[in-house]
Amino acid sequence: MHIPDGFLNGATSAGTAVVAAGGLGYSIKRAGAYLQDNRIALTGLIAAFIFALQMINFPVGAGTSGHLLGGALAVILVGPWLGITAVSVVVIVQALLLADGGVSALGVNILNMALVTGFVGWAVFRIMVRLLPRSWTTVLVSTFTAALASVVVSSIAFVIEYALGGRGNVEFGTVLAAMAGFHFLIGIGEGLISAATVGAVAATRPELIAGVQDLDLVDKEKKKIRAGAWGFAAAGLTVAALLVLVVAPLASVEPDGLERVAIDEGFIDSAEDHALNDSPLADYGVSGIEDEATGTRLSGLIGVLVTFGVGAAIVAAFVVMRKRSTTSL
Amino acid sequence: MSEPSLEVAGLFFSYPDGHQALRGVDLHVHHGERVALLGPNGAGKTTLLLHLNGILRPDGGTVRVAGLDVSDEAAMEVRRRVGLVFQDPDDQLFMPTVGQDVAFGPANFGLVGAELEARVAAALGAVSMLDAIDRAPHHLSYGERRRVAIATVLAMMPEILVLDEPTSNLDPASRRELIDVLRALPITQLVVTHDLPFALELCPRALVMDEGSIVAGDDTVDVLSDEILMKAHRLELPYRFDPRGGTGR
Amino acid sequence: MHRLPPQVKVVALLVFVIAVVLMPREAFWAHALAGCLIAGVMILAELPAGFVARRMLVEVPILIFALLLPFFGQGPTTRVLGLTLSVEGLWGAWTIIAKATLGVGASVVVSATTTIPDIIRGLDRIRVPRVITAIAGFMVRYLDIVAGEFARRRVAMASRGYEPRWLWQGGPLAQSAGSLFIRSYERGERVHQAMVARGFTGRMPTYGDRPASLRQWVLGLSVSAVAVVLAVLSVTVIR
Repeated sequence: MHIPDGFLNGATSAGTAVVAAGGLGYSIKRAGAYLQDNRIALTGLIAAFIFALQMINFPVGAGTSGHLLGGALAVILVGPWLGITAVSVVVIVQALLLADGGVSALGVNILNMALVTGFVGWAVFRIMVRLLPRSWTTVLVSTFTAALASVVVSSIAFVIEYALGGRGNVEFGTVLAAMAGFHFLIGIGEGLISAATVGAVAATRPELIAGVQDLDLVDKEKKKIRAGAWGFAAAGLTVAALLVLVVAPLASVEPDGLERVAIDEGFIDSAEDHALNDSPLADYGVSGIEDEATGTRLSGLIGVLVTFGVGAAIVAAFVVMRKRSTTSL
Repeated sequence: MSEPSLEVAGLFFSYPDGHQALRGVDLHVHHGERVALLGPNGAGKTTLLLHLNGILRPDGGTVRVAGLDVSDEAAMEVRRRVGLVFQDPDDQLFMPTVGQDVAFGPANFGLVGAELEARVAAALGAVSMLDAIDRAPHHLSYGERRRVAIATVLAMMPEILVLDEPTSNLDPASRRELIDVLRALPITQLVVTHDLPFALELCPRALVMDEGSIVAGDDTVDVLSDEILMKAHRLELPYRFDPRGGTGR
Repeated sequence: MHRLPPQVKVVALLVFVIAVVLMPREAFWAHALAGCLIAGVMILAELPAGFVARRMLVEVPILIFALLLPFFGQGPTTRVLGLTLSVEGLWGAWTIIAKATLGVGASVVVSATTTIPDIIRGLDRIRVPRVITAIAGFMVRYLDIVAGEFARRRVAMASRGYEPRWLWQGGPLAQSAGSLFIRSYERGERVHQAMVARGFTGRMPTYGDRPASLRQWVLGLSVSAVAVVLAVLSVTVIR
């Protein structure tokens, strides 16, 4: 997702830079009340946390892996303004220190990876927790959905920018389908990890989660959080069942591809190589090759997508169930 | 003696969750003195330290630093006078380079330019870390970070240096270097520690704190030799260590 | 190159990449000369080739995207080595690969010759808001610690037989992400206490940054100036 120099033309780069500067400036201003206070160090720590989380890779099929963007997770945990500011700083540092994302494309990268993910994630999360019954189930389901939506919308933003000022003239619809579809897969991973992380924080320090501070959930017992996980499981299964009923008939399932992905790819890149490095900057691995699939399996993509989505939703249910049952010991 | 460096009287404090951490603390430290503050985990030592420069506000009682009352109006000056060295040097060293970190305190108190640079150099020199001025804190060893952490507060020219567990996690050689550095500093020191031989070597006088108040205070040798007192407050000397024996004092 | 003040390097980088972005795609020679410039600076700065190559890897995802464009572009096609390729797609691929490579190359030069704290100081000098540079400073300072804690947990989990290979085994990982957040948050609070203890009142002080001399600015910007000249020339020539 990191856009390099020259990917977009000058006008688009400049335009997005202005938008990003405005959005980031506003976020800093809104966060400013806090930054005066104890939040400036805190925001830096949150940025470091997000940076570290982005090192989690997970496979999304076709031999590629996605990594966590963390925008939605950040805003749910520390609120929209602080979260967006922290993620923006991550993006800036990645461009300047790691050459990951172009300096002239900083604007568009901040826009896509901090502002869009942050605002979409926050909006989806807040709307859902307000509309749904107040419970930790709702919080976890909303986190999952918010993170998923943030990644997909971010990829759509990318496609729009590409259509406005990209090099080459691939048909808009083709890129849109490929990118949004692919990022739906990445978004599922993002959603699962985000929801599980929020669940883990809720189990020990629920009062830290900015996104639920006004919801009166904090004082409730931990068993409620556990009940929440069960609810998340149930909700996941319901969503899965709905998907099967509504969308499955449209899907041209490609079992071979799915099977291959499942066999070839572990869930998470093994940890050992990271563990022994003295600096995370030293080994900032290449990840998030999100575009390879565009070419190879566009036709089967939608089928795989839906199948994967259903499977992942069911798996999501079990992840949380298992996680909860271990923590409760 | 003249005005004590530090004088604490009748200090009470409860955390918002209701836990009463301090129940009437009285202590004083004279100018130029080095005093050890001993006591088991949960005795309230760290809570007491956070009162010394006004980060926490007492429910009752007073803290005076060189005659100045710790209050809202005097908060800045008190913070300059009390050099608090936190337990984890990674919490204390938050700037990108050692030099910037040491400069952080004095710069906040208005020092600029050559004067600031001289102050930074002097503070780093006092802990033998001047060579590290342009290095990043996370590239230093733990012992080096600890010494730089001390430099960060020395740079503010405090009246009293307050150290929280300065020898924790140090290897023996780093611990030795730290002792040499601290002994050479001509400054009042209050040292919270579980490292009793360290307390004995550095501090002529020791206070024992337990359950939120000071329960004993005497010559360090006498405190460490009082087996009943030691046992009552969960203090234990290393195996076969004799505080009256020939350890270097 | 290593000794130039960071603010000069950051500005030079920005000017250079903007010039590259603005070069018309038909101006192969301008891109090639800009590439020679960067290569020259790399040699001058004595950057090891292997190091540069490793750092350049970050652009691989974009290269893959670019290489797919000729297959999916619309409009007139051409035949190359028996493949039917979109002309526009080929142009797109060339543009992205050329400009991205130049941009990454220039960024690598700057980041390889400047320490991280210096880059942050440089940003400070060119009036990037202090809030951002301060947060970036804290982030860089604590990244090792936060990532180190994360890595240690993964080692601890692996040493007790936890090797996540499947999606449903991700629970403990998220668990440790959650506790990592809590620890980061609590450290943030402790760091704040340490700052207050040293007189922090909401403004980050500056220390030790020196303004760059005119000579340093001229020296540092010379490479970027050549790139700007190339861009201007190529624009006029193409028109």
